[in-house]
Amino acid sequence: MHGLVNRSIQSFLRDTYGEELWLRIAHDARLGFENFEAMLGYDDALTEAVLASAAKLLERPHEALLEDLGTYLVSHPNLEPIRRLLRFGGVSFVDFLHSLDDLAERGHLAVPDLELPQFELYPITGTQFLLRCTAPSAGYAHVMVGVLRAMADDYGALALLDYAGIDHGAETITIELLEPSFAAGRPFRLASGAV
Amino acid sequence: MAENAASSVAQPPKAVFEVPAEGLDRLMPMYLWLSPEGVVRGVGPTLRKVLREEPRGRPLRELFQLRRPRDLNWQGDVLQLAGARLHLQLVSPPFTGFRGLATVLAGRQGLLINMSFGIGVAESVRVHDLTDADFAPTDLTVEMLYLGEAKSAVMQELHALNRRLQLAKATAEEQALTDTLTGLSNRRAMDQAIDRLIGQETDFGLAHLDLDFFKQVNDSLGHAAGDHVLKRVARVLLDETRNGDFVSRVGGDEFVLIFPGLTNLEALGSIAKRIIARLNQPIDYRGQPCRISASIGMTASTLYPNPRADRMLSDADQALYRSKSQGRGRATPHYGPEQRMDGPERRKPPSAQAYSKKT
Repeated sequence: MHGLVNRSIQSFLRDTYGEELWLRIAHDARLGFENFEAMLGYDDALTEAVLASAAKLLERPHEALLEDLGTYLVSHPNLEPIRRLLRFGGVSFVDFLHSLDDLAERGHLAVPDLELPQFELYPITGTQFLLRCTAPSAGYAHVMVGVLRAMADDYGALALLDYAGIDHGAETITIELLEPSFAAGRPFRLASGAV
Repeated sequence: MAENAASSVAQPPKAVFEVPAEGLDRLMPMYLWLSPEGVVRGVGPTLRKVLREEPRGRPLRELFQLRRPRDLNWQGDVLQLAGARLHLQLVSPPFTGFRGLATVLAGRQGLLINMSFGIGVAESVRVHDLTDADFAPTDLTVEMLYLGEAKSAVMQELHALNRRLQLAKATAEEQALTDTLTGLSNRRAMDQAIDRLIGQETDFGLAHLDLDFFKQVNDSLGHAAGDHVLKRVARVLLDETRNGDFVSRVGGDEFVLIFPGLTNLEALGSIAKRIIARLNQPIDYRGQPCRISASIGMTASTLYPNPRADRMLSDADQALYRSKSQGRGRATPHYGPEQRMDGPERRKPPSAQAYSKKT
């Protein structure tokens, strides 16, 4: 698994639950080191071990943990660059949803060896969507539910999001847009450094 | 006949488009429409935003300066601009630069120029506070901005990684006990070895060796030859010492040898002579003989009531300098505390600094 993914998980656990807990998780997962490097690659088994020992120590279901990770990625001030990169997807939440089809390619553009899941958005009605997520390992869709929740907030949209299980080999998420501009949302300017 | 058929194929009906202004606004939001006389007749919404003042009715040259092509005199006739790769710049602050391409419109309607920001796009977007909606959906400008930010974020991570690796490397070097060139122990390891022996109250002899004429080898044959010589010297030193002896390279061409249990200065002297004899033999470097020798100063822990590393190293260093001043290629023992005060070639009182400064 790419270091960026592992590093994100580490940052989430450390920033949310504290350094001490992270060190315990790293120890229980038998990493043999205390910090993932964002720009190095790691064995997939390490990622799974970290998530398993975190779920056990925190006594939280795996899925809930992944969802929190998704929310963290978008909303924590330390990771503002990620929010900005996602906001490049479009001027409205619906635009953003449609841009998810390009997410894997955009990821490649930025970091050529980063393998993100392939997303496909299917409009059901004007306000209902189905998002299919095809990934080499399961769990990304739970992270995505968290990401989408936070992004809806970011755009000021009110949306209902649910993990809808596996269908024909892809994890699915249902999205219902209740109010496209419910709140003001957070500002976004194309130019970096100008808020 | 064949010619006729070919020419009828090569001449499709000439297309003349009529595009409503709103359509043009969407297709190329940075267009500029000029009259044949060079007066602005129309402007796309994004370019309008960038220009800040109403450009319509004003001549092009009051708004823009033509940077390239430099050889084009367009003051009289703007239609000359058609077809060329244009580099234009605002004549007033913030002097934004543009790329452009112009085409002559049918029916003497003048000139249509389509513009873009070119390479300075990130700065232009910031200065003019542009948004997604200011660019045509076919324009990859937003992707370019995205890529710029993604690249910066990745670079930041890489810089951080490099800093951590550099720090780790420095720490590792600091903790290293080996001289990477020769594989001998380094100064750190030597300091630790002496401290260990003194701590265990094990007596030992100590020789400080400095190569003679090494600089000449380096200067005349280059550093690669110098490195070759140093490796060879290291091998000789290991050959001529016992297994439990301690050989370290403590500076460029300086070595310290420690002989646990061997304190007889005469015995040390004969080892030193053997070493010098072997180092006097030319060392071959790619067919070139490198001629060096060595000067050695010796001392032994038994000469001191309370042996101390800095004192012993300093005394060996003094003895080494007597070897040098007496003509190099020889070994000189330190004769104990009383001699050093009244010897004829007495030098400044020794100090640990004198030793470390030299290396």
